[in-house]
Amino acid sequence: MAGMTRRMWLASWGVAPLAGAATAWALAGKPGDAAGPRLTPRQRIQKYHLLNVELTTHEGKKVRFYDDLVKDRKVVINFMYANCEGICPPVTSNLVQVQKMLNGRVGRDIFFYSITLKPEEDSPEVLKRYAELHGVGPGWLFLTGKPEDVEALRRGLGFAYSDPVEDADKSNHVGMLRIGVEPAMRWAGMPGMARPQQTLRTVLFEFDSPSLRDIPIYESR
Amino acid sequence: MHPLKYHWPKIQRIALRNRQEVLRSGLGRRELFKMGILTSAGYLVAKTGLSAWASGGCNEGECELGCSPPTVRFKDPLVIPPVLPLRDVNTDPGFTFSPPTTQPNRNINPATGIPFEGRTQEHQFRDRFPVQEHFITRMRPNFNATFSDWPANLANIGPQLIWGFNLGGESASDVALSPGPTIVSRYGNPILIRRFNELTTNTLGFGVPEVSTHLHNFHSGPDSDGGPCDPNTGGFSTNPLVQGRFFFMGQFYDYYHTLARAGFDTPQFTDTDGDVRETLTTLWYHDHRVDHTAENVYKGLAGMNFAFNDFDTGDENTGFRFPSFPQFDIPLVLTDKLFTPEGELCFDAFGFDGLIGDKYVVNGKIQPFFEVQKRRYRFRILDGGPSRFYELYLTNPSNPNQSIPFFAITTTDGNLLPRPVRLTKVRLSVAERVDILIDFKAIWNSFGNPSTIWLENRLRQDNGRGPTNQILPPGNPNNVLVEFRLVGPNNPTDNSFDPAPVSFPTVPCSPDDCVFDPICLAVLPSDNAPAQEDRIRITRTFRFERGNGQWQINDQFVDCNNFRFTVQRNTAERWILQNNSGGWQHPIHIHLEEFRMIRRNNQQIQCGNVEFGRKDVARLQTNEEIELIMRFRDFRGGWPMHCHNTVHEDHAMLLLWEVADVGDNNEEP
Repeated sequence: MAGMTRRMWLASWGVAPLAGAATAWALAGKPGDAAGPRLTPRQRIQKYHLLNVELTTHEGKKVRFYDDLVKDRKVVINFMYANCEGICPPVTSNLVQVQKMLNGRVGRDIFFYSITLKPEEDSPEVLKRYAELHGVGPGWLFLTGKPEDVEALRRGLGFAYSDPVEDADKSNHVGMLRIGVEPAMRWAGMPGMARPQQTLRTVLFEFDSPSLRDIPIYESR
Repeated sequence: MHPLKYHWPKIQRIALRNRQEVLRSGLGRRELFKMGILTSAGYLVAKTGLSAWASGGCNEGECELGCSPPTVRFKDPLVIPPVLPLRDVNTDPGFTFSPPTTQPNRNINPATGIPFEGRTQEHQFRDRFPVQEHFITRMRPNFNATFSDWPANLANIGPQLIWGFNLGGESASDVALSPGPTIVSRYGNPILIRRFNELTTNTLGFGVPEVSTHLHNFHSGPDSDGGPCDPNTGGFSTNPLVQGRFFFMGQFYDYYHTLARAGFDTPQFTDTDGDVRETLTTLWYHDHRVDHTAENVYKGLAGMNFAFNDFDTGDENTGFRFPSFPQFDIPLVLTDKLFTPEGELCFDAFGFDGLIGDKYVVNGKIQPFFEVQKRRYRFRILDGGPSRFYELYLTNPSNPNQSIPFFAITTTDGNLLPRPVRLTKVRLSVAERVDILIDFKAIWNSFGNPSTIWLENRLRQDNGRGPTNQILPPGNPNNVLVEFRLVGPNNPTDNSFDPAPVSFPTVPCSPDDCVFDPICLAVLPSDNAPAQEDRIRITRTFRFERGNGQWQINDQFVDCNNFRFTVQRNTAERWILQNNSGGWQHPIHIHLEEFRMIRRNNQQIQCGNVEFGRKDVARLQTNEEIELIMRFRDFRGGWPMHCHNTVHEDHAMLLLWEVADVGDNNEEP
């Protein structure tokens, strides 16, 4: 800042893409210092991306997203809605094939979650019918909840477009799969429309990696 | 965690928070308006413009533009990565436990229970070009890396974990560096680099300790290219251990490079071990783990690779007389990073637009300075990503309106131009490299004896979709990457080549120019050439599209199990790249060999343009169409074409193709 007048400096930051003025910092104070121990990276991911909102499964069970569904687990997550005529049926059908190829592992050490984008329409009963219609096997939950909770979850999981106009069009919703190993802080994304063999390959590259050897991961039974 | 804050889009949240900060500062609405900061709706125009103010409003752990702590610039000297030292293959313990063989060592290592080596294929052409130089490097965590060593900066951004490459030693004191050591190779001296994966389980919140190191864009076989994934390795196996590209903690992988020019296995150039005109100059290496490239490179897994030869010797008294390496031949790895308000490097693994940082980090330090003598320097500039494009200018801070020239000696992919080009700006997209000569003596004499000159990025970019069209005003310290400080006598020794008298536009250019003889441009392949190596066998079109937030190329998604099409070995092809993805820009990178860009939107790319020459990244801008011609020589196997906005790449903006003895005729694969 040496040699700059205050006016020059003010004029500069209006158009600058980068940070770095110590003067302003002094105005604001540094967050985190007074708050005691800092969040660990895993806690940060939970706080900003894996919100612990209450959801209802297609079987009518109340669950907490982080505590009950994601924590310590290997998960595949997507967003859909029951009366979607675009990409939802093919994505669901791809995942059904992947579920079959995973040969009983879904529900044991791998968990699939499909979250509705239209919680006001998709009651647990509607989602149950959708799951039955598509031949979804056990270990794969369809989830609904309060609209604001589902919306928060969608944004946190990175299923929102940065362009609000684009984001408002539900028929053009993000058709991605979020593939994660929560305790390893390992998160990937891939197209839900990819061939089932490719999805299987990606899922197994993520979930059967020797890098996970020392990480405790939840398995049912 | 109360979810209420997620009810608004992030931009609005940040804008509101920024506004509250600004109002608290006592500036009036009118003043802000005049400064162009506030819109009539009351939101701050750019979520990027006010980071210093906004940081106070960020929450703990937040990884957003504007949340990085403030830092003081120009306090750290530029770090120049050391050169990776040679290793004795017969005595170095990194080699003796498993001497490097053409076939991979797939024996099980009893200590890890997995094969010693991650590689599953043999090295191609190694018998013909026996290894002359052996190197080792170990990818390790470095728990005490600093982005600035200035005390005030250290207080805000302390020593912390990054990943990097070391100098090859076993000892813990041989710490990992980022950028990694510079690999210096010479044409005619084939090299083998043994890379160990000594990373540890991710504790930082991003980074996957599985690696595939790509030498971008050397002419390498698939076994040593360091690609993302490959249907030829492990067949259709879903077992990560046999997929044969990325390797795991406790494994090593031997990368072999012929250091022969492309064409060495064609009749025309067998005797000369390739076509001298295909000599490559400035390359870089970086991680390429499929689906996780962006976070791994961002965490530090990248470095430079310089290829010298009998003409570009690294000595300013011989050959082309480019400024001598290493004193006057300097790599600049440009990156931008985000930190949490607490000063921890962070990466949003949940975003798919791309990541734009609010701290410029050059060769690992935030906005460093570099003391230069008043003479010519060669800078090898790399856009290290993950998503930012740059338009680089030289600025005299005491007179920002001066237009200061520099000279490109390579294309924007580090290959020699037919004639140097005098520029006052150059645009780079992710992974592009340009070698420029800066004559600080001429600048000193012509621009009023400036004591400092800034390398400034004036291209505004607010998100990972691509840059805006806005060129920011000159002379803003926030936008400076490196401050050059002119020191020493006014007439230091300088035996280096002076580009000024021979450069375009001082000298008119011609497509047949060859200032750096014999590394001229090879004759372009054509549709009717008599020799098959020079003939364009097929034209293929690739539409890069986006639908439901997913990337597609010609309506198809990424597939690691299948090659999209087959190129016939030792032929040439014409590829048309079309960007139909809306308001996005994509640096499209093609592995294996260089290409020549012929047209951008039906406009012929002419001599005098820094894209008139050999390239490996095509900067595909909004709604553009690029025509390129490429040869596919020597090696057999599979390689990718992908977007080098590594966040797009990790979201599957990638396809695989293969080279075989018989090609297919798929024009829209």
